[in-house]
Amino acid sequence: MVQAVRLEPRLSEPQSATPAAPLLRTPLYDLHVALGARMVPFALYSMPVQYPAGVLAEHLHTRAQAGLFDVSHMGQLLLCGPQAAQAFEQLVPVDVIGLAPGRQRYGMLLNAQGGILDDLMFSRREDGIFVVVNGACKQADIAHIQAHIGAQCTVTPLPEHALLALQGPAAATALQRLVPGVQTMVFMDGASFRWQGHALYITRSGYTGEDGFEISLHQDGARALAEALLAQPEVMPIGLGARNSLRLEAGLCLYGNDMDAVTTPLEAQLMWAIQKVRREGGARAGGFVGAEALFAHMQQGAGRVRVGLRALERIPVREPTALEDAQGQSAGTVCSGLLGPSADMPIAMAYVPPACAAIGTPLYALVRGKRVPMQVCAMPFVPHHYRRSS
Amino acid sequence: MSLLYTSDHEWISNDNGSAVVGITHHAQDALGDVVFVELPEVGKTFAQGDVTGVVESVKAAADVYMPVSGVITEVNEALRDNPSLANTDPQGEGWFFKVRLSDPGQLTALMDEAAYKAMTA
Repeated sequence: MVQAVRLEPRLSEPQSATPAAPLLRTPLYDLHVALGARMVPFALYSMPVQYPAGVLAEHLHTRAQAGLFDVSHMGQLLLCGPQAAQAFEQLVPVDVIGLAPGRQRYGMLLNAQGGILDDLMFSRREDGIFVVVNGACKQADIAHIQAHIGAQCTVTPLPEHALLALQGPAAATALQRLVPGVQTMVFMDGASFRWQGHALYITRSGYTGEDGFEISLHQDGARALAEALLAQPEVMPIGLGARNSLRLEAGLCLYGNDMDAVTTPLEAQLMWAIQKVRREGGARAGGFVGAEALFAHMQQGAGRVRVGLRALERIPVREPTALEDAQGQSAGTVCSGLLGPSADMPIAMAYVPPACAAIGTPLYALVRGKRVPMQVCAMPFVPHHYRRSS
Repeated sequence: MSLLYTSDHEWISNDNGSAVVGITHHAQDALGDVVFVELPEVGKTFAQGDVTGVVESVKAAADVYMPVSGVITEVNEALRDNPSLANTDPQGEGWFFKVRLSDPGQLTALMDEAAYKAMTA
């Protein structure tokens, strides 16, 4: 029966290495093992899915105190040169030029059909545009970026850099003991700091819906910083299992589950990320890969849209469960679903026909031959607690 | 009464034709925190190897198979209300269901504790 056990999320992107290739290790691999983590393959890396405390305890601790995540499998890169912002705007449908120094923004790479190749975070640093992409997509992303804008700016992958996330209501209290000054940042700020001689680039952002930080630093300092953070009384290590349940409760998409190369930002309900200046009629409308297809798609309207769902019975509804409407007509598919530990009910994201997307619409999930009643609901499932002002 | 084990990580305790079934320590450890169980209907008949229900943790879901053919005589309502019993006491308070065996001879093919431990080592 444990044959059926698998880590969710599954990843559908191409895995570039040969199947027999040994798993990669982050700079914190030995620490994870020493902490008793259960290691699983994820995005070609051996990553901690949970520590001895378990997924539930880790999830609830992050919401109550602070959790430390190793997200060093993610891709970090730097775009440098005077034309870097203009160049990056050719690949993302968002406002890069208008982003103020020291600020971070959400973006995505599109293909010519308007499908999402990856989603990402980028920030304006003194040395360039710092981009963080998904681990499973990073090789393809770097190739895509190099191929399109490599002649206009310097594209520098940072494989020797680790990325730690500290998330939760006590994250600022814990981090500012080690790195004074971080407490003055607000949500989506980024700034450089030093800790024991190591250069840190810290953003006040994350993937849990909580206040928190992501810390980029050279791998040589990663273990020492992780241990210093874990020594703070508020902090415990958190694995990928809780990372997934936390992000789903926060209504945040997981690439590979909730969007992919055949999903457009319109279908994924990510149009909020596309500022007016890049839309039709905007001062810098279009001019990015996928613009024509996306604008045409906006004219036609989406044939399916991403919504939040909650189950009205306490039965978890996982991906890829099929949905029906009240009349028994096919009404789409669940893309992520689980029993939300803080929401304390089964929650899911799904792609449904626009006619079924209104809040409150009753839908039925077909779980092992039974119709589980669900309802379209607003996201996030658990309120965000971002630090929006100091 | 000592327990017998399946390669699908269920245990069964036989007591004169009426048996108790649950999932093993190894299974609950692999699943992590159990948040949901689906139990079979009392009175329903299953053949050996049939799926009787499901056990789910935050991160995973797994089917629960019938270790031997028989009729469900009772299910653990306490487990339905408190699925974490499958973690805290999988081979005691966290039992899943009781079954009246239709072919007790099937028991002889199951593993004893030593064989199961060797398989999961």
